[in-house]
Amino acid sequence: MKLFNVKNLIRLLVLMVVYGIIQYLFINKAINPFYMMTLVLVCIYIILAVSQNIITGFTGQLALGHAGFMAIGAYMSALVVVRMQGSLVAGIIFGALMAAAAGMLIGLPTLRLRGDYLAIATLGLGEIVRIFFLNMDYLGGATGFSVPKTIDWTWAFWLMALSVFLMSSFINSSHGRACISVRENEIAAEAMGINTTKYKVMAFTMGAFFAGLAGAIYANYMYLIHPGTFSFLKSFEILAMVVLGGLGSITGSVVGAGVLTIISAGLADYPEFRMVIIALVMIILMVYRPNGLLGNKELKLDFLRIKKKG
Amino acid sequence: MALLTVDKLSMSFSGLKAVSNLDMEINEGELVGLIGPNGAGKTTIFNMLTGVYLPTGGSITFQGKKTNGVPTYKLSHLGIARTFQNIRLFGDLTVIENVKIAYHQHVSYNMLSGMFRLPAFYRGEKDMEEKALDFLKIFSLDDKAQELAKNLPYGQQRRLEIARALATKPSLLLLDEPAAGMNPQETRNLMELIRWIRKEFNLTILLIEHDMSLVMGVCERIYVLDYGINIAHGTPDEIKSNPRVIEAYLGEEAI
Repeated sequence: MKLFNVKNLIRLLVLMVVYGIIQYLFINKAINPFYMMTLVLVCIYIILAVSQNIITGFTGQLALGHAGFMAIGAYMSALVVVRMQGSLVAGIIFGALMAAAAGMLIGLPTLRLRGDYLAIATLGLGEIVRIFFLNMDYLGGATGFSVPKTIDWTWAFWLMALSVFLMSSFINSSHGRACISVRENEIAAEAMGINTTKYKVMAFTMGAFFAGLAGAIYANYMYLIHPGTFSFLKSFEILAMVVLGGLGSITGSVVGAGVLTIISAGLADYPEFRMVIIALVMIILMVYRPNGLLGNKELKLDFLRIKKKG
Repeated sequence: MALLTVDKLSMSFSGLKAVSNLDMEINEGELVGLIGPNGAGKTTIFNMLTGVYLPTGGSITFQGKKTNGVPTYKLSHLGIARTFQNIRLFGDLTVIENVKIAYHQHVSYNMLSGMFRLPAFYRGEKDMEEKALDFLKIFSLDDKAQELAKNLPYGQQRRLEIARALATKPSLLLLDEPAAGMNPQETRNLMELIRWIRKEFNLTILLIEHDMSLVMGVCERIYVLDYGINIAHGTPDEIKSNPRVIEAYLGEEAI
């Protein structure tokens, strides 16, 4: 119906052009495999950052367990694909659903906590997930778990596009507004008939679902998954992307994930400087743009349209 | 028929008795005032009626159902809406979004229709947009629909609070100092508006107010509270001449 209006068609067109250009360059060997991997990582981190933003930026809950949900998605999809010989799609769906189930289970008790307490509780739960997989020899344990690479750039890109579309549609619906009202004023939201606990858990579950999806893409792309990858530093990195782009801005998270992932990749040869540079970027940002690159505004395609016409 | 019955309602905060043994009855369609000096416990009563506080004694009956311990959002679904003394708008959202959030409990589509942009989403949103604009029009805020709520002038923020409360489609509306900070002209307009919305939406209204011209002008019955105790109730004329009320407001010497 109205889903295919001019605006959405232009968005789709932009996505196809971006995809086409990169795919063309790759086929003609203008992009080497390392940069291609970086681009896939950008897609994965965009999903992670946007889903973290749903929880933190829009619903206002400072949760730090995103790496844990990513790990659940990664390992559960690997379980289906490697141990049960299931298909890739089944693996991705199962991974995401398990992460969502874990998110709901964890969210119900912890989302009654506020602010710092929620952050500490979710941080701890993320670590519990990591240590669980560290000791799970059936899924590789401390040596890691090798998963065949079945995902390529095309998969990652379009899954990212679909995820961002679904999450931004959610946030721009009445249910998404209910989540935002929790961030804005919990007491008023309750008085207006919003079941704040329900919407916190809903946002948390959705964030976990897409974190699990990102984890599943990661597992099926990287050949090897290792519990160490999903430490709390990963959660902080994701949060840094969200803050860099702007809390409460979907396109901000996309930009933030892109910028930080590319900086990280560029500094791959100097691992000791990586965290220093990221910290420096964050400090400079806090001084000059305390609300993040985009604040809570969205990057609009309107300016592209004018350019095309002119 | 009594829409709201409050029986021996008490609230104490670890020793401090904010409200004690309050009896109150509000009939359908009435416009009742609740007055009293600062700290008399008026807002505490609102917080108990809306489930923010759990009363330490007594009972509240709304539409024949006992509502002690019912969570705030469920009371909103049952038909109790309120405004706040210290304005609690969703400041970083636009004016129309504030109203749409209040209308959320009547939303016609589910979460998945929203995520996947099914036709039900577009129908529901269109309907919601129209309804929200109607509410804004009543309060002459429709031309500010796209502005951020926090950027509105004070008087308009107060009006938006009432518009938002109405969008939940209540049967009982609790107004907590709706005229606070308004000038006499704005207060007079508000008075007209309160009368009008009561008729238009078949509302029962309970109103806390310090502005006596407003209370005496619109309320049919008034409850007076002092130190958490109901010291008088009756028509505005009875209240005006009640010696205990005068004492509470002006002190004993004045009598």
